[in-house]
Amino acid sequence: MRELTYTQALREALTEEMERDPNIILMGEDIGAYGGVFRVTEGLLARFGPERVRDTPISEAGFIGMGVGLAMTGKRPVPELMFMDFALVAADSIWNQAAKMRAMSGGRVKVPMVIRAQQGGGRGNGAQHSQSFEALFTHIPGFKVVLPATPADAKGLLKSALRDENPVMFIEHKLLYNTKGPVPDGEYTIPLGVADVKREGSDLTIVSYSRQLLFALEAAETLQKEHGISAEVIDLRCTVPMDIETIVKSLRKTHRLLITHESHASCGVGAEIAMRVMETAFDELDAPIMRVAGLDVPIPVAKTLEDVVLPQPDAIARGALKLMKG
Amino acid sequence: MALPKDLLLSMYERMALIRAFEEACVQLYMEKEIRGSFHPCVGQEATAVGACFALNPEDYMTCTYRGHGACIAKGIDVNAAMAEMLGRRTGVSKGKGGSMHWTDPSIGLLGENAIVAAGVPIAAGAALSAQLDRNGRVALTIFGDGAINQGAFHEALNMAQLWKLPLILLCENNFYAEMTPLAKSNPLAQVADRAKGYNMRAVVVDGNDVCAVYDAVREAARLARAGQGPTFIEARTYRLLGHMIGDSESYRTKEEVAQWRERDPIKRLRAHLAQAEGVTDAEFDAMHARVQQQIADAVKFARESPYPDPEEAYTDFWI
Repeated sequence: MRELTYTQALREALTEEMERDPNIILMGEDIGAYGGVFRVTEGLLARFGPERVRDTPISEAGFIGMGVGLAMTGKRPVPELMFMDFALVAADSIWNQAAKMRAMSGGRVKVPMVIRAQQGGGRGNGAQHSQSFEALFTHIPGFKVVLPATPADAKGLLKSALRDENPVMFIEHKLLYNTKGPVPDGEYTIPLGVADVKREGSDLTIVSYSRQLLFALEAAETLQKEHGISAEVIDLRCTVPMDIETIVKSLRKTHRLLITHESHASCGVGAEIAMRVMETAFDELDAPIMRVAGLDVPIPVAKTLEDVVLPQPDAIARGALKLMKG
Repeated sequence: MALPKDLLLSMYERMALIRAFEEACVQLYMEKEIRGSFHPCVGQEATAVGACFALNPEDYMTCTYRGHGACIAKGIDVNAAMAEMLGRRTGVSKGKGGSMHWTDPSIGLLGENAIVAAGVPIAAGAALSAQLDRNGRVALTIFGDGAINQGAFHEALNMAQLWKLPLILLCENNFYAEMTPLAKSNPLAQVADRAKGYNMRAVVVDGNDVCAVYDAVREAARLARAGQGPTFIEARTYRLLGHMIGDSESYRTKEEVAQWRERDPIKRLRAHLAQAEGVTDAEFDAMHARVQQQIADAVKFARESPYPDPEEAYTDFWI
């Protein structure tokens, strides 16, 4: 199978879907002539023209609000937030408008819109360019929330998002763009809301998503090699809909659960997963659920600090060891 | 007022219908049959009717939580509108939207909005949609003078002018942003001057003169359809009731309200029709009787309609 970068896989998904559906309109800051600051939309302006690949002013509230109007009138807009942090600038257009329009109208309108954004730290971008907001989107109903970790998933999930009738928050990670992986040839999609077992194991289950999944896999290798512990690693892939069944299925085998994500621990997705598991499969647990997540502080710049605030593979491995002793 | 008599009569009757609808809702609110927030548009009927009668049925519109008038002017089903006020399943939004979220794509209505200025970029998006499809439609967005200080307003104006979108921006300047007078929130002498910063065509009209609003919107629509981009219209009007029911109205004088009552847009059109077109009291009485019957029927329809079943809390969400 050929290897593509996460960026190339995303671009391939956009290209194929734009060829298929003329209603897909990309819009955002520097996505056209410049090709996007992370190069995802490079070449698409030349291919699809300025009507469909639209450079906007720095006006997130405005162009996401316009996306709502486009979606309600038959288009499939794909507004892009250059950095996820800017979602807060556009909070009304996102959470009060896009997320609620269908419900408020009693189903008279739909808002098929995919907001693309990248988030996460690890690059020294500081507190206003490194945040992770999947919990915000998971908390306020209205969006499906997708966080691919691999190039193959990025392509298949983005294609599904672009065909979904609901608003979708498609969250990329800025340190995944240059990662490479096998991507199937030809047409394929991956359904939204289905988790994927990325590594089989029998001693404990580690659940993660986005870049933290790669750290979880790394930790699993260390646990195997250095401690003879067999970790099953589940990629949640979407926080809405949230596939708890796949986690419970794994727990019937391992009976221990560790959840890891990069975003802040408090009121995070990890807390939600833990509670849902408690509600549905408490009897399967042989130890308390463990959480390894970002510290509850703004993301610092210095690498020595950022590595403490954002959980690294060794922190996951340490957590797993503690869990195995519990 | 050089418009045809038949058109003026239709406008008059629609304005009277809006007034009757709002007065009935005030009563139903006082009697606790309507829950939540209700922001009456009594006194602003001429902007709604003047604007909507100048558009085609398929043109798009967004408006505000004070948007009942605009929605009725655009042609919403009055029974479904009243049922929505009473939270019934037969309501225009199945009882889920309420007073502030009437939405009906079949008449181009892309929603009232409870967030000040939020409908402006949504209408700009609909205008972009029309421009991309080259279908000749325009989008009208109606907002109050309070909206001109919101970021979304400025962002939308900028992009609308930049891309020459077929968008009509109608500011119902009623001189109060909720309870704050215009002079305390806006340093400009006239609201329309905000559009100058975007190099946008702007006009100011008497918002209590239905013909002036009609002419301004018709011309704006003509220019928009011809690819000449957006127009900003400041229509100066007044809400004769408070911001919402229960508003103490301590921020304005009785004299001021009385002065604007003299300029009531319905009274004005009636005087014109009587003098210039010879419409008789009997003809007016007949129009008002029809309107009152329509509203009585709507209230009856709403009251007799069922409430949504509890399980409907889960519907109209994911597709």
